[in-house]
Amino acid sequence: MYNTEIQINVEGPRRMISFLSGGEVLFSISETVVTGWLVIILLFIAMKVLTHNLKLKPESKRQVIAEWIVEFFNNLVAENMGTTMLGFAPYICAIFAFALFGSLISMTGLRSMTADISCTGTWAAMTLFLITFYKIRTNGFFGYLKSYAEPTPVITPINVLSEVATPAAMGIRIFGNISSGMIITSMVYAALTVASNAVYNLIGTSSVITDYFKVFQIGIPAALSIYFDLFSSVIQSYVFIMLSMTYIGQAAGKE
Amino acid sequence: MDMQTMSHEDVLTLAKAIVLCGQGIGAGLALIAGIGPGIGEGYAVGKAIETIGRQPEARSAATSTMFIGCAVAESTGIYGLLIGFLLLFANPFLKHLS
Repeated sequence: MYNTEIQINVEGPRRMISFLSGGEVLFSISETVVTGWLVIILLFIAMKVLTHNLKLKPESKRQVIAEWIVEFFNNLVAENMGTTMLGFAPYICAIFAFALFGSLISMTGLRSMTADISCTGTWAAMTLFLITFYKIRTNGFFGYLKSYAEPTPVITPINVLSEVATPAAMGIRIFGNISSGMIITSMVYAALTVASNAVYNLIGTSSVITDYFKVFQIGIPAALSIYFDLFSSVIQSYVFIMLSMTYIGQAAGKE
Repeated sequence: MDMQTMSHEDVLTLAKAIVLCGQGIGAGLALIAGIGPGIGEGYAVGKAIETIGRQPEARSAATSTMFIGCAVAESTGIYGLLIGFLLLFANPFLKHLS
């Protein structure tokens, strides 16, 4: 008889590597960081392959793809932040690639990098830093402080709140989308396991194959995966960089 | 069973039951947040289809803008969903019992 009780384990990222000091855990490296390293290595290899042996006139397909990527991000930045801030294109491209592949890596069975708020929160903090930096550079430090007291000084707390809320919302948006997708997928997997177990109990089969092979888990989770993994990851990464570009462009005083 | 005859374990069990019950109700209420984005996104998609119908050449621009708008509008619903999941799986209030 197989177990027909729904068991859902929703846990945060596991601790992969722990540094011990006299029997006590000093600090540990979480799954998110290890997945991040994996994504960085994969992206590094991909970029090395794409930009290997460049020619003035593109001869290989690789170079056409590389040029298309560069041109796409240059155009995007020029469109949203102005041509004076084209230096942001590599940063935007890096964030997009990291967010996209960090989310898409869940399709290989690993835990998504972006299903951890410390990861997306870091990116949001980077955006907040850039916004503040460009505001100070455009208006001067006192002009920046003065902008909080506009239109009237009474409204200052609300201005401070909205200053922090925009990047915080960006971080929570991508985290919430990816992690809720992960939780819903794991719930569906648990439900399908129970359904398969019930069918096995009904037929009365029990073997090594039916221990690990749950019949309803074929195909059905794939449809969910298309929405939660593919669609959600691409759209949310795109939204993240779009909002970053818009806010930083605004802070830099783009006309 | 009145309060005098209840042992400490009984009180704890009762308290835990109340907390779990509240968490369930709270998770359900949190998902009411899904109404707003549903209406909003439906409206946005409807307007985008209207635009495409009027100007078929603006199809790609309207579609990408609509997706971004939908993803932004969705965030309030996602916050509600997140709170619901936290209440269901993370049991944040149980550790206050002792």
